[in-house]
Amino acid sequence: MTATLSENVTETAAAPAESSPFGRFVADFCESKVAVAGFCGVVVILFIAILAPWISPTNPYDLATVDIMDSRLSPGKQMLAGVTAYLGTDGMGRDMVSSMFYGLRISLGVGVMSGFVALCIGACVGLAAAYFGGRVDMLIMRVVDLQLSFPAILIALVLLATLGKGVDKIIIALIVVQWAYFARTVRATALVERRKEYIEAAACLALSHRRIVFRHLLPNCLPPLIVVGTVQIAHAISLEATLSFLGIGLPVTEPSLGLLISNGFEYMLSGKYWISIYPGIALLFTIVSINLVGDRLRDVLNPRLQR
Amino acid sequence: MSVFIIRRLLQSVVVIWVMSLLVFGGVYLIGDPIDMLINPEADQEDIDAAIRALGLDKPIHEQYWFFLVNALRGDLGKSFIFSEPALQLILARMPATMELAFSALFLAIFFGIPLGMWAGLKPESIAGRSIMTGSILGFSLPSFWVGIMFIMLFAVMLGVLPSGGRGETTEFLGLQVSFLSWKGLTYIILPAINLALFKLSLVIRLSRAGTREVVHQDYIKFARAKGLSEKRVILVHVLKNIMIPVVTILGLEFGSVIAFAVVTETVFAWPGMGKLIIESIDQLDRPVIVAYLMIIVFMFIIINLAVDILYSFLDPRVRLQDVKE
Repeated sequence: MTATLSENVTETAAAPAESSPFGRFVADFCESKVAVAGFCGVVVILFIAILAPWISPTNPYDLATVDIMDSRLSPGKQMLAGVTAYLGTDGMGRDMVSSMFYGLRISLGVGVMSGFVALCIGACVGLAAAYFGGRVDMLIMRVVDLQLSFPAILIALVLLATLGKGVDKIIIALIVVQWAYFARTVRATALVERRKEYIEAAACLALSHRRIVFRHLLPNCLPPLIVVGTVQIAHAISLEATLSFLGIGLPVTEPSLGLLISNGFEYMLSGKYWISIYPGIALLFTIVSINLVGDRLRDVLNPRLQR
Repeated sequence: MSVFIIRRLLQSVVVIWVMSLLVFGGVYLIGDPIDMLINPEADQEDIDAAIRALGLDKPIHEQYWFFLVNALRGDLGKSFIFSEPALQLILARMPATMELAFSALFLAIFFGIPLGMWAGLKPESIAGRSIMTGSILGFSLPSFWVGIMFIMLFAVMLGVLPSGGRGETTEFLGLQVSFLSWKGLTYIILPAINLALFKLSLVIRLSRAGTREVVHQDYIKFARAKGLSEKRVILVHVLKNIMIPVVTILGLEFGSVIAFAVVTETVFAWPGMGKLIIESIDQLDRPVIVAYLMIIVFMFIIINLAVDILYSFLDPRVRLQDVKE
């Protein structure tokens, strides 16, 4: 990893990257080695999450292969099926590595899906508020402010307490929690952008509202949206893990990393640390990697900090 | 000024009303109100009686009116599990949560401001960078995970601190508190640090950003040019100017500390409101859930109102702008 890392850095430093905006962006991004490491982490996580069913040593949810005799094996022991459980097995005899791969898939899936839908909703609402202004704007921003004055975990708690458990329900809860952040971000940027001349020019050409908003305004509001989107995905994953840990998130049939940690919590006091610790490390690795990338993107895309 | 306060008060009443609609909608419309408000172990006769008693056979607007009037009287239903009024049940657990929340805030301010100022004054130093990396970690680590690690390290491996519970309490101003006895302190220290971490990171970030902005201001240059000692410049001129945003934000964040106490209380088995709500959700004890939600919404609105009014005293621009609007 260090080899690719330094390679990346020297490559971008040497290349005449100043020519295209994207090249400049990549060069800027790679100036921070920590961010590049975070990016590598994200790539690894995506790879594992997408390919989980094919690269896991065993299928932890195939009842035919899971054997209760394998339960609570410590890391490195061999399971009855002949597979080595490098990170041990849990209380049900499932291989931890495989459980974690599948768990990562669910955690990431829930996070990305809810983040993406919330981004779309938030962007549309925020653009409408900024573009139309007046009463529409006031009404929308009142709702956004009201929602943002309550912490995310509380709103999620309210929703899940009334809706119940389930993947669909937690995705709904996460969307409801997140859309307001996007709406506020987009509105703030769009308010600045819509006063610029190109919007006036587009309006003078008698282009339709829809065309102006989506073809002219939206692309120029993207940079802050990307930053918030990255950070929100990490936030969503963390929130989902917390809710699942509290026992009000995902059902036991679809264990995300949070639920795996929760399952291991009871074994921890008796010294069987691996059931809880390794999913925890995977969760941290995921969240920290995404946050590092998001943090760097914020610096790179922030026009105020541009040299 | 009074116009501003009246406007804010009216707004708060509207918000509480909207929230009561939402909670009513959530509990009575999305879910089956019979499931939610009547003990699932009751027989058909009891269910019919309860439906009549709760007015569930009446049209929806009358039902809402019934709910509202009862809520205003402080009657939010009886818990199925404890068969006590839900409101009392929650109020009885409130001091434990408050103690935890205040301890966490205290830790966040006491350690956050000096660390943040240090990082702001020497942003390129190793210490400054480590503080900022630490604060990123504080933001990104899920607090339940940090709590588990604390238990693992201090209770299981080192065995120096208890893994959960509240231990013995001493009486202080009519309330049972932990922080006055040594034994009680050992119980509260881990949950308090756990709950504080997120806010600590926030305070560090705010004070760092504030410090970096303030040190380049003319009045700081002037103070230095005047020959004031570095200590005085930092402790008086810088500190005073970064305090306003930090205190405001922390005031607003107090509600979220109470909300996040749900997680910490569950991990450390701290007997507060948060643990109660999670248990109630688990056991489908709906009246307690509704009561908790209404209480916490009410608390939030009071906090926001107080911060707004305080802020308008400190910064006249806020209220002028609002009246003009």
